[in-house]
Amino acid sequence: MLNALGEPQSLLLLGGTSDIALAVAARYAESGPLRVVLAARPGPRRTEAVTRLSALGAVVEALDFEATDTASHPALVEQAASGGDLDVVLVAFGVLGDEEQAWQDHDAAVRLAQVNYVGPVSVGTALAAQVRRQGHGVIVFLSSVAGERVRRSNFAYGASKAGADGFYLGLGEALREHGGHVLVVRPGFVHTKMTEGRDAAPLSVGPDEVAEAVVAGVADRKELVWVPAALRVVMSGLRHVPRPLFRRLPL
Amino acid sequence: MTSLLSGWGRTAPTAATLVEAGASDVPALLRQAIARGVIARGLGRSYGDAAQNAGGTVLAPLTGPTTVARAADGTPLVTVAAGTSLHDLMATLLAQRLFVPVTPGTRYVTVGGAIAADIHGKNNHRDGSFGDQLVSLDLVTADGRLRTVGPESDPALFWATVGGMGLTGVITAATLRALPVESAYVAVDTERVPGINELVDRMRAGDDAYHYSVAWIDTLARGRSLGRAVLTRADHATADQLRGPAARDPWAAPRGPRIAVPFTPPGLVTRPTVRAFNEVWFRKAPRHRVGELQSIAAYFHPLDAVDDWNRLYGRRGMVQYQLVVPDDAESAVTEALRVLADAGRPSFLAVLKRFGPGNPGLLSFPMRGWTLALDLPASPALGPMFRTLDALVLEAGGRLYLAKDSRLSPETFDAMYEQADDFRKLRRDLDPAGVFQSDLGRRLQL
Ligand SMILES: Cc1cc2nc3c(=O)[nH]c(=O)nc-3n(C[C@H](O)[C@H](O)[C@H](O)COP(=O)(O)OP(=O)(O)OC[C@H]3O[C@@H](n4cnc5c(N)ncnc54)[C@H](O)[C@@H]3O)c2cc1C
Repeated sequence: MLNALGEPQSLLLLGGTSDIALAVAARYAESGPLRVVLAARPGPRRTEAVTRLSALGAVVEALDFEATDTASHPALVEQAASGGDLDVVLVAFGVLGDEEQAWQDHDAAVRLAQVNYVGPVSVGTALAAQVRRQGHGVIVFLSSVAGERVRRSNFAYGASKAGADGFYLGLGEALREHGGHVLVVRPGFVHTKMTEGRDAAPLSVGPDEVAEAVVAGVADRKELVWVPAALRVVMSGLRHVPRPLFRRLPL
Repeated sequence: MTSLLSGWGRTAPTAATLVEAGASDVPALLRQAIARGVIARGLGRSYGDAAQNAGGTVLAPLTGPTTVARAADGTPLVTVAAGTSLHDLMATLLAQRLFVPVTPGTRYVTVGGAIAADIHGKNNHRDGSFGDQLVSLDLVTADGRLRTVGPESDPALFWATVGGMGLTGVITAATLRALPVESAYVAVDTERVPGINELVDRMRAGDDAYHYSVAWIDTLARGRSLGRAVLTRADHATADQLRGPAARDPWAAPRGPRIAVPFTPPGLVTRPTVRAFNEVWFRKAPRHRVGELQSIAAYFHPLDAVDDWNRLYGRRGMVQYQLVVPDDAESAVTEALRVLADAGRPSFLAVLKRFGPGNPGLLSFPMRGWTLALDLPASPALGPMFRTLDALVLEAGGRLYLAKDSRLSPETFDAMYEQADDFRKLRRDLDPAGVFQSDLGRRLQL
């Protein structure tokens, strides 16, 4: 159960080897005994993540997870919950892809949409059923400011995030009466494995800052947070910039 | 009907199906219990998750009649439905010149909740807790059987249920000893005490001479003023002590709340507001005053005058930390006050009390010693401070009160409650299918 200070006893990480997911798990492991279910593709990165979290005192179980294999998602969630209620679930998988390929290469475009939009909708639905069964549970969706106002430079990615972001905000409303709570986190540029080698945008952050925002947002029962928080204001301005001007902004 | 439920602290709400039923419907209800089980709920005055059952069924208070009889030795005995509030019970009893044997800091708790938490009052040093005043209780267990259990007839089940947080079954009614009194007033002696050492000395030396005793501590005072307090001790007023309004209406029963907090205001409980409040409150208290007549409501339940005062803590809610440490471990109390003062966390008055010897209740809280209770606005930043306090309490051989707890881990809980495993074993035998479940039970793996 999540306690009064927002500290969970169990954590499911979907996309469990992401830097942000591991940073969140590390923070929760500090506050008390923690069971972590790490759902990710099998491989050395997952093995390493299990080792790292075990070293922090967490009891870790690894499950195979493939974002595009949507048919397997309901069973995966049930299996993750077979060891007890899922207090906090982090939906932390996604791909950035090559921006230009993502609208010119048909396969690449479809794949991006499947991983970043269809995948989250699929696990979100399976998680919603679990939250309703257990009468409580927090789902954290890692979105992106790229979805807040989709722009030319990475619109395929931004659009996929925009869709999933909307789905999770709505899911939060739907699950409220069933004891569920959904937190959508919109980071700006995060320095992680996923963004390695790319030019950092202004207001960029590290995985630890995102993890901190997740932990605080869960405890405060927030529905939507930006990381860093200042992005909220920036984005609210950008949302209303007229198209002709927006097009010329160096974003 | 699916309802979002939380405790008095308004933290960690979960959804359950809330069912209103009569005592006779309980066995059928238990038979239909779905996978997530059933838990009884009283008036939701426990601070944490004790009366919640996420994804399962929560049973609303069971109402019924109250009757008073006399035991062979003349002791008045009251038989009361478990869903009756102590507020209503007091009104019934005062009309017969009787009082409840134990009252907590609020009248808005049910008899069922009082038994399940084995609550204590300001007379714990002399009369023990609620369970000590029970003759018997009626309990519907997981098999649907209604059993009348008492400390002699079935000590194992009785002492698992007293303090058992609803996890042994549904209490439908109870019979307890009532206390003959001469009025609905108490005569109170009040003194201001400059610091924790003097406070401990005065309570140790003088409490036994009083029926009731409690000290209110200013937790923001530091240094030489650490633990400065107002000590209030009282006895039931005798007929010849009554003066003024008390003499004109000696049996005035406590009334309902006078004002309400209609919505959740943001962040009122901050360090400056609490510091100002505590300062005024300390200065206003008389240095020393004896024999002041106070109503039952004023002495025992000052907070009940304001309906829903817990909303003052804003949307994050609040956490109460209540510890008990053995009699010779008063230094742990001092240390806890220091940790709190150093952290600068705003806590309105903390309450210090002396406990008498505990009882055999497997999960009953009281033990001979000192109990300290503090309310704090909930915040994730409190985690480390609470863990420091937990370690201090454990080191001193003490424990935390489940009726107030909303954050312990099973490991720390087990270290505090030696009989936790006996409780688990009894539950496995009594309720193998796990019909009775609560959020607290899940959190602490009970
Ligand atoms: C302002 C305030 C002051 C307080 N002061 C004190 C104090 O001085 N001393 C003290 O000891 N406590 C004190 N408390 C705590 C309170 O007395 C206990 O939490 C009590 O259990 C609350 O009773 P309730 O009817 O609200 O029960 P709930 O909070 O609804 O439930 C508490 C527990 O009782 C169980 N329960 C309730 N009814 C039944 C039943 N029929 N059968 C089986 N189990 C049942 C529930 O399952 C749950 O585990 C205080 C609380 C507040 C808010």
